[in-house]
Amino acid sequence: MTMQIADSVSLSAPDARARAHAAAARNNLRTEPKAVRIVIIALAVIFLTMFVVLPLALVFAQAFSRGVLAYLSALADPEALSAIKLTLVVAAISVGLNLVFGLVAAWAIAKFEFSGKTFLITLIDLPFSVSPVISGLVFVLLFGAQGYFGGWLRDHDIQILFAVPGIALATTFVTFPFVARALIPLMQEQGTQEEEAAISLGASGLQTFFRVTLPNIKWGVLYGVLLCNARAMGEFGAVSVVSGHIRGETNTMPLLVEILYNEYQFVAAFAIASLLAMLALITLIAKTVLENHLDEGHDASEH
Amino acid sequence: MSIEVRNLVKKFGSFKALDGVDLKVDNGELLALLGPSGSGKTTLLRIVAGLDWPDSGEVSFNGEDALAQGARERHVGFVFQHYALFRHMTVFENVAFGLRVQPRAIRKDEATIRARVKELLDLVQLDWLADRYPSQLSGGQRQRIALARALAIEPRILLLDEPFGALDAKVRKELRKWLRSLHHEINVTSIFVTHDQEEALEVANRVVVMDKGKIEQIGSPDDVYESPATAFVHSFIGESIELPVLIADGLITLGDRPLRLAADGHAPGASRLFVRRHDMLVGPPGSGAFEGAVRHVRNFGPVQRAEVALSGGETIEIDAPRDRELRAGDTIGLEPRRYRIFAGT
Repeated sequence: MTMQIADSVSLSAPDARARAHAAAARNNLRTEPKAVRIVIIALAVIFLTMFVVLPLALVFAQAFSRGVLAYLSALADPEALSAIKLTLVVAAISVGLNLVFGLVAAWAIAKFEFSGKTFLITLIDLPFSVSPVISGLVFVLLFGAQGYFGGWLRDHDIQILFAVPGIALATTFVTFPFVARALIPLMQEQGTQEEEAAISLGASGLQTFFRVTLPNIKWGVLYGVLLCNARAMGEFGAVSVVSGHIRGETNTMPLLVEILYNEYQFVAAFAIASLLAMLALITLIAKTVLENHLDEGHDASEH
Repeated sequence: MSIEVRNLVKKFGSFKALDGVDLKVDNGELLALLGPSGSGKTTLLRIVAGLDWPDSGEVSFNGEDALAQGARERHVGFVFQHYALFRHMTVFENVAFGLRVQPRAIRKDEATIRARVKELLDLVQLDWLADRYPSQLSGGQRQRIALARALAIEPRILLLDEPFGALDAKVRKELRKWLRSLHHEINVTSIFVTHDQEEALEVANRVVVMDKGKIEQIGSPDDVYESPATAFVHSFIGESIELPVLIADGLITLGDRPLRLAADGHAPGASRLFVRRHDMLVGPPGSGAFEGAVRHVRNFGPVQRAEVALSGGETIEIDAPRDRELRAGDTIGLEPRRYRIFAGT
């Protein structure tokens, strides 16, 4: 026995050394020479600066180019205020609708088996694959004066196109997938066992939803709402087609930015743009925070 | 509460999960549903709980039609294999859940609920974990909390789906004993599903052996082990030697060798002969029904497990006591102390 132990000890020392060598060699293989590393990192930094940081900085530089007062008065302009208000209203409507649609769709897909499920998932993704301009045109075809429902709507004195309902509809369509997409994988991963447990303990459907399902997906819901909201406020193409660009009435912030820019009112255009840029920054920060929470949720569910 | 299941059929697509199951469970029984995966045992349990619905057949509790009620009204405690604890609630709130969701008219006040939860946590000996979250518990602790949660609603029936399946061997053994004594204490009609024969034989009063959506045998643990009703039960429960034999002219032959075993009462034709590993008695060459050469011997505590090549061509494993050491190369005679023959191949 003693002999064996001695043997293994004397063997282990060179063994360890050999292993260290091998590890060092592996590291060398993975590590590029210093010069190459610097070049690659520099390229990435230059690229990011030129395409992300610089434009963002320019937006704010232009917005404040005539001072804070000019910036504030541009934002206080009635047209600007109306655009901000309309954007907020439209975002609230479409986020609200998509929250309900997304929850229902994700619930159906994740918790039940039915035929046509794959088709439904594809359908949910449709707004992502269709150009927003086309989405807008569809609504014109449906609700426009020459559209399918145009005559009926005119007879009943209902205004959809060139008004808030049309803008809200187009925005809702374009942003439909966000909430559902955020929830489907999460709910599929969580399965149906907790709901089954709740029901066998005597909970009603609503109690099960509000006490078990919703708390489990709340971070996912917030994540979907956040992305949905960012897109809803920033949507240009679909809204541009259905809005009619009536000044002070049907212009959202992105539309107003374009109009002001075309009229060479750079300070006003960039002032509005700076608001959208800030929305983007806040969204990014909130997204990072939410993603951390989502990861924690995943860890906790792993056994 | 007694349970009666009549001619239950459940299909998933073309797969028959349950194929005409009849079962009676008496009040206060602790019954095991034992079978390999895909045998339909979990499906049966879920139908009794109201989490699944049969294509046809009846389920009644104390003579009342249970299928007329949803899972919510059946008042059945269900314990899931993977616990299904509410991950965002503390242990305390998990156990309290069933009491908190009761209709307002019969809901207890907060103090009563707290007292009841405390009592249940004491019962499962985990009162010190009340403020933890499920992710902070070990598997065995989670399963005991799941049980406490199911018991909170004072269920008429307790159903456990592979309750110890996800736990390691040592914890599993402890929990088995614990479950049996708990059942003794609360005495609620209970059914648990398992694929682990040892678990079924150790815990249950009665064992139901299932295969391919059908019940193969119902009986006490001794019954299913000592007198298996079908070839499946014999091979599934306990370790068996299985030999293909032919019965003709009052003789049992293995390969081309007639065995020195009586064929009385067995129908002629291809059959299967079953012997428990420890029921093969070792004797000198020429004695006993079989003869063979020892290939390999391993020792397992009190027994030696020998691989023996029978002269009929088959190789079997036997468990023999250590009083007579076997060695590779020995030629031995083997006599089955008991054996069973089932027709068919």
